Amino acid sequence: MKYTLTVLVENRPGVLTHISGLISRRAFNIESIAAGPTEETDTTRITIGVEVEDEFELEQVVNQLSKLINVIKIVNLTYVDSIQRELALIKVRANKANRSDLVDIVEIFRAKIVDVNRETLVVELSGEESKIDALCEVLADFGIIEIVRTGRIAVSRGPVPAKEM
Amino acid sequence: MRMLGAEVVIECLKKEEVDIVFGYPGGAVLTLYDALFKTKFPHILTRHEQGAVHAADGYARATGKTGVCFATSGPGGTNLVTGIATAYMDSIPLVAITGQVGVSLIGKDSFQEADICGITTPITKHNYLVKKIQDLPRVMKEAFYIARTGRPGPVVIDISKDVFNDILDFEYPNSVCLRGYRSTFSGDSAKIDSVVEALEKAEKPVIFVGGGVNISGMSEEIRKLIQMTGIPVMSSLMGLGCIPSDLPEQLGMVGMHGTYAANMATIDCDLLMGIGVRFDDRVTSLVKNFAPKATIIHFDIDPAEVNKNVRADLKIVGDLRWSLPLLCEKVAGRSLTKEQWASLEWTDIVQEWKREKPLSSSLPKGGIRPQDVIEKVSELTQGDAIIVTDVGQHQMWTAQSYNFNKQRSFLTSGGLGTMGYGLPAAIGAQITLPDKAVVLFTGDGSIMMNCQELATVADNGLPLKIIVMNNQVLGMVNQWQRMFYGQRYSHSSTKGCTDFVKLAEAMGVAGLRVTKPEDLNMILEKALQMEGPVLVDVLLPETEDVLPMVPPGGRLDQMVLRGGI
Repeated sequence: MKYTLTVLVENRPGVLTHISGLISRRAFNIESIAAGPTEETDTTRITIGVEVEDEFELEQVVNQLSKLINVIKIVNLTYVDSIQRELALIKVRANKANRSDLVDIVEIFRAKIVDVNRETLVVELSGEESKIDALCEVLADFGIIEIVRTGRIAVSRGPVPAKEM
Repeated sequence: MRMLGAEVVIECLKKEEVDIVFGYPGGAVLTLYDALFKTKFPHILTRHEQGAVHAADGYARATGKTGVCFATSGPGGTNLVTGIATAYMDSIPLVAITGQVGVSLIGKDSFQEADICGITTPITKHNYLVKKIQDLPRVMKEAFYIARTGRPGPVVIDISKDVFNDILDFEYPNSVCLRGYRSTFSGDSAKIDSVVEALEKAEKPVIFVGGGVNISGMSEEIRKLIQMTGIPVMSSLMGLGCIPSDLPEQLGMVGMHGTYAANMATIDCDLLMGIGVRFDDRVTSLVKNFAPKATIIHFDIDPAEVNKNVRADLKIVGDLRWSLPLLCEKVAGRSLTKEQWASLEWTDIVQEWKREKPLSSSLPKGGIRPQDVIEKVSELTQGDAIIVTDVGQHQMWTAQSYNFNKQRSFLTSGGLGTMGYGLPAAIGAQITLPDKAVVLFTGDGSIMMNCQELATVADNGLPLKIIVMNNQVLGMVNQWQRMFYGQRYSHSSTKGCTDFVKLAEAMGVAGLRVTKPEDLNMILEKALQMEGPVLVDVLLPETEDVLPMVPPGGRLDQMVLRGGI
């Protein structure tokens, strides 16, 4: 089962080392991890996508992460009504002949073309992971050169922030 | 007050009421050592950084205070790693201060540079790299706070050489502000009521105590609980000492080398109350076969320990100093008699197991049996000594045969199983408790892993008694090879020219040797009465196994016993 955890941490050097060190030492199965600054300068917010067998394993992930001194709070957003998004940049082969087909596809997915040259173009898409997966699958026919994905970030709906949950 | 960074470190140690540090100097900590010299702050020079960290660990285990060690950058720091991991596994409060190369040299593969924070991240409760002197007092304050509160553990402070030489107007913070760290004390009191109800309903209850009871100093509470309820009690290796071994309800150690009674009780009990334990694999064997009929109650300070290895039906998360007195109070409030708490039938069954298969030796009486050595020391010290071990067969024999009576009286590397731990840990204990008998049981394998510390023993005139259980094999390895590897004794013999008596003497420690069984008692008595440090080399037969033994993957009641079962 897949879960989304929001982890609020101190914005200090070494924090990501501690988190990644713990994940690898305890052999937790992490699908994605995305970190960035927040509305408070001393806090970093990390969204972790984790795949675990059962709730007991999830409890271990949460409890072990909570033990890290620089982890301020962990919120499980899986069961909270929330918006989950990921950003992807996809570099795909494109020539004169098929460029218009590509443009159609990009439009259907409500993606954006952010770079074009004679041989390739770069498509930007944000959305849920499944939507990005679907676009990648379609673009595969044209020849994908490289894909960059940020890993998912998530925020709850409604006025209550994670730090007050 | 304006002072050097190195002096700030010393001032912080004083504020934290540290009375001694163990360490080894080097390039990156020269200024720190200069401050030690100028302030005459007590410091013990070990002969290897590993010795320093284990000594700080032994000091912490024997007293409950936070142990402190110093080492230089690079190899100094990496030599601490085994000791830090040892302390981490056994939840020992420790602050390790290492020097780091100058700030501008960090990350350049400079001389004696190692990323000690990176290396120790998985084996510390927390660690810090200090690059600015302004951070130093706060970091020192936080480090000690983190090391000793909640579930204790080691903290590394890696300080750049430049910081030691920098100048600061020193002020020690009064409090710490750590948004992400709360050392939990009390938990949900209503859950203690559920525990009492479960105990009332149980017909075959058993209590299982671990290192947490030693750490929290709650052995008196456990004794009260047992005296009120008569519930049989067993211990993990780390829990030894928490329950007087002469208490009739005491079943000894449980697990791979546990007693017959403790292991049988685990399989048959209908309620198992684990207190300050982490259900290590050496205790549980295969988890799915551990206490299969039992309701499991788990008391622990660390929420991450609950449901980690064994699923608990009742979780009591909180400091044992909160939960155990409350449990005793609630148990006392019930009108049940001792016989009603633990049914007579169950206590009879358990006592019968104890009588039926007590611990014994396969060796004939008349030779020197390892158990005799430990029993004799037990008799001579009357349970009033600090007993330290290394790791291997002698460790298990000590756990099985010494009559422990006091908490914090048994220092051993339980979780990590670090050979070479014993001698330096014994040094740490003896330094802080100079009037106490400190006895180290070690093996011919283990002693060699930190034998350089004999020099530290001699130079400090520590009256340590070192007993080398010398069977001329790496005993535990040898035993596994005998039992599970078709007697192919691959590289497990230490037969050679090493003369432990001469080794001791060369370092300034008196040496005695026991070769004949009839001399054993006399020489042990003599050694324990001698004023200064003594090493006793006791020659033992090489084929004695530690039994009972639950073969790996076996169930706790499938023990190999003397004569086999």
